[in-house]
Amino acid sequence: MRPVIPYCVAAALFGLGVYGVLVRRNAVLLLMAVELMLNAVNLVLVTADATVRAVLPATGQVFALFVVVLAAAEVGVGLAIVLQLYRARRSVALDEVPLDPGPMDWDTDRPEPEPAR
Amino acid sequence: MTGVDAVMLALGAVAVGAGAMVVGTRHVVRAGLWLVVALGAVAGIYLALGAEVVAWVQVLIYVGAVVVLLLFAVMLTRAPIGASDDLDRSRWPGALVGGGAALGLGALFVDAYRWTRVSGGVVPGGGADTIGTAVFTDWVLPFEVLSVLLLSALVGAIVVSRPDVGARDGGA
Repeated sequence: MRPVIPYCVAAALFGLGVYGVLVRRNAVLLLMAVELMLNAVNLVLVTADATVRAVLPATGQVFALFVVVLAAAEVGVGLAIVLQLYRARRSVALDEVPLDPGPMDWDTDRPEPEPAR
Repeated sequence: MTGVDAVMLALGAVAVGAGAMVVGTRHVVRAGLWLVVALGAVAGIYLALGAEVVAWVQVLIYVGAVVVLLLFAVMLTRAPIGASDDLDRSRWPGALVGGGAALGLGALFVDAYRWTRVSGGVVPGGGADTIGTAVFTDWVLPFEVLSVLLLSALVGAIVVSRPDVGARDGGA
């Protein structure tokens, strides 16, 4: 087995993820590109674990499992933030997110105010 | 070139091609479906590397849960169903940085390994017994910390997505 093959696949996947994060305007598509980058990191971890005899057994694979759990948590919180953004702006285009004004500015183009409970 | 190498080359080509479709397609829903193909191909590479547990966890959590969450996000944000041209910014800076990252990392790996072969093949032990022993002996503390992190992420997601918590009258 030649370890350069999965390593280069991981490098290509990471580059694709970086490209997607920088280029995509839709927040959901940006999350998908982040998943590609996390998968590239996992592939490096598993390949290193499969080709290097480490002191502790299966460390790379355990780290890959941890990264999978972190990715699941990240997608959950990211989905909540994206939905809140959509609720406030009626759009998930990242270029239209205001950076500096206060939270009151978000209410100006909201179609109808949220019913206060 | 052995059979494992051929399998990994083929699956790697599938993964990279599907990843290019994820970041390149003009349909939002198709990007999610191509992500399934890319993640499945990466799971196949895990299997070829002997990491069975990681491969099936990848299928369960990534393909089963994360992609479904992303498709839910696509539906709930009422993404355009057909092709849309305004999904991308100008491509050249992103292509420059992404291509630079891929080429740099690839050059690093190629320079480090140079088509060498790992003697003795894949290190055995990606089964459930090995992984379970490793998780519950050496990595018990990170495992428990991760469970707390998952709980806090769950609570945080609920708090963020509820409009009536902390918006104007609450703690904010």
